Amino acid sequence: MSAPARPVADLKVALFATCFNDTMWPETPKATVSLLERLGCRVEFPMEQTCCGQMLTNTGYGSKAGALVRRFVDVFEGYDAVVAPSGSCVGSVREQHPGIVELVGDDRLASRVEHLTPKVYELSEFLVDVLGVTDVGAYFPHRVTYHPTCHSLRMLRVGDRPLQLLRAVRGIDLVELPGAQECCGFGGTFAMKNADVSIAMGADKVRHVLETGAEVLVAGDNSCLAHIGGLLGRQRSGVRRMHLAEVLASTEEDQA
Amino acid sequence: MSTTTPGPLQQTSATFVGMPTFPQAARAALANTQQRKNLRHATHTIRGKRERVVAEVPEWEALRVAGAEAKDEALTHLGDYLEQLEASLTSNGATVHWARDAQEANRIVLDIVRSKEVDEVVKVKSMVTQEIELNEALEAAGIHAWETDLAELIVQLGHDRPSHILVPAIHRNRSEIREIFLREMGTVGRPAPDDLTDDPARLAEAARLHLREKFLRAKVGVSGANFAVADTGTLVVVESEGNGRMCLTLPETLISVVGIEKVIPSWEDLAPMLQLLPRSSTGERMNPYTTMWTGVHEGDGPQEVHVVLLDNGRSHVLADRVGRQALRCIRCSACLNVCPVYERTGGHAYGSVYPGPIGAVLNPQLRGTASTIDKSLPYASSLCGACFDACPVRINIPELLVELRGQVVEQEGRTAESAAMRAAAWVLSDPKRLAGAQKAAATAGRVVGTRTVRSVPGLGAWTNARDLPTLPTESFRQWWARERGEDDR
Repeated sequence: MSAPARPVADLKVALFATCFNDTMWPETPKATVSLLERLGCRVEFPMEQTCCGQMLTNTGYGSKAGALVRRFVDVFEGYDAVVAPSGSCVGSVREQHPGIVELVGDDRLASRVEHLTPKVYELSEFLVDVLGVTDVGAYFPHRVTYHPTCHSLRMLRVGDRPLQLLRAVRGIDLVELPGAQECCGFGGTFAMKNADVSIAMGADKVRHVLETGAEVLVAGDNSCLAHIGGLLGRQRSGVRRMHLAEVLASTEEDQA
Repeated sequence: MSTTTPGPLQQTSATFVGMPTFPQAARAALANTQQRKNLRHATHTIRGKRERVVAEVPEWEALRVAGAEAKDEALTHLGDYLEQLEASLTSNGATVHWARDAQEANRIVLDIVRSKEVDEVVKVKSMVTQEIELNEALEAAGIHAWETDLAELIVQLGHDRPSHILVPAIHRNRSEIREIFLREMGTVGRPAPDDLTDDPARLAEAARLHLREKFLRAKVGVSGANFAVADTGTLVVVESEGNGRMCLTLPETLISVVGIEKVIPSWEDLAPMLQLLPRSSTGERMNPYTTMWTGVHEGDGPQEVHVVLLDNGRSHVLADRVGRQALRCIRCSACLNVCPVYERTGGHAYGSVYPGPIGAVLNPQLRGTASTIDKSLPYASSLCGACFDACPVRINIPELLVELRGQVVEQEGRTAESAAMRAAAWVLSDPKRLAGAQKAAATAGRVVGTRTVRSVPGLGAWTNARDLPTLPTESFRQWWARERGEDDR
């Protein structure tokens, strides 16, 4: 394990689990906590947190997301860093919260949003940029391929940070995913409103995943993984889907 | 902002009235496997070329900013620049006409063509004349409009509609093109040779011979313009085949129909544009033919030049603070070529001559969201963001899509979806309510266990082809409260 770039024990770190992970994929925030604590962080989970508002905003109900933005700021502005295991939700905080506040027309809130937003990190950004680690001491002896979700890739520009982290995992056999940068077709309510196109896009993603021969598909967003995993499951492909946090949290004891 | 009040909306043309919603049209397109193959091959080829040539330009981002700024400057003072353009064009010997809508523009063109007592015109590929359906208007008056761009010729001969802004016949492969040429060319002019093969060179030769007759005969040419330079009164036409140059130089009379958003302030502003456009559109460093047309020159080219400046809903878009960035569009098609939705559905599903991501934002802005197709277009995207990255003038298409979804929702009022979203907002606005919903989910999770759920009433759109995720038996919140000793909510 490489040494963190700065002492992290003093950092007041909050976990933003995201409502989707909290409700549907609790293993992911659990893994995030375990990973961050292993790296020396003191992690808090403020119980008053709920949701970033992305689903409402992206479906056209941005005016209803004002209260969620206010809550997000109230809950998290006291922390040095807010970490979320979701590129999509962090993307929403960075790209959409300022716009929602503008819609609501609250200048005071706008400046609080402006102050808080730079402290909100997607997991791989926090590990690589803030903690300065790429080797997080993980062990995961499986053939893995990585899907960079659109919002991590094009909203957050996380670049190859997740791959740096994965490459340093002991035992891993990391294989490149063909057409990795192409959208899997989830897109929130797009998966329902344009189900046929969404499935056609997902089918191509699944084909590429199967081409790699990977046992495990990894990504930084459970929403995309639910869609791709749902298609993989229907095909009885046997390929497992896992969140990046869960792979990075894995240790030798877990695999025993 | 010179225009603050929204202008009139564009009328939806008869061709697209009653179009099904995007999801319905897309379903039909998805079933066409040949078209999907053609589209996939073509978009991936252009996409790869574009990526390579864009990567060659170290200052690409600065160029994008320069391009966006030049267009924004023009749009912010559009009235002033249009007046300047009119004055420079007029002093160069051109006649300027103003058209509020498609009908007015078509009437102006028709009157000019009639005054020349001809029954045909040659056309260089032009999106705006497709938008106003000029060919149909001319045809109704007994005047043949011959498309001379190779792909436009294929579409016209095939009694088809363009499926792409730049590559209108993108959905066709060469054996389909051969059949169209053999079947149709003879009915409107020089026939294709009997031994025509699907070799691209042979197909191009057949088109060249067929078109040559029309170029040499036509008295009137019709064009659009990629850019209209206000300070010099220059119209710029960018193309690959030289057919446009033939249309611009051979006929005695030239009629150029130009959308008012095509104006750029000065000659200097052309520099970034002519670097951005070819790399973004065809993936070339420089396009083969750039024709710059400044008025009338005695003994050289058309001796009568008419420029029709067209609004047709554009001033309506201009009045929208967020939406007006869509008018920066230089019709390069880069957003189409990178769009995963367009790649699978093709252009016809968008119900307009402007398909793909830019069409999904431009059409509902130009035409409003009254029709079923225009209501559905803002949702015809997974918001993956590839279009914004590819756009040479930095149009934030995902942002615009979300903005337009808000307008659709507002217009629709109370629906089942709005009720569901209000309920979601209510649950999510309070952690106690969220915890309550999570407990209900966890209970369901315990009931279902690890069994795979293959269908749930109301979730057919999801479960038709996708398994549902297994529900957890405990939310993270519950786990944290239990493990870390906080109150259980």
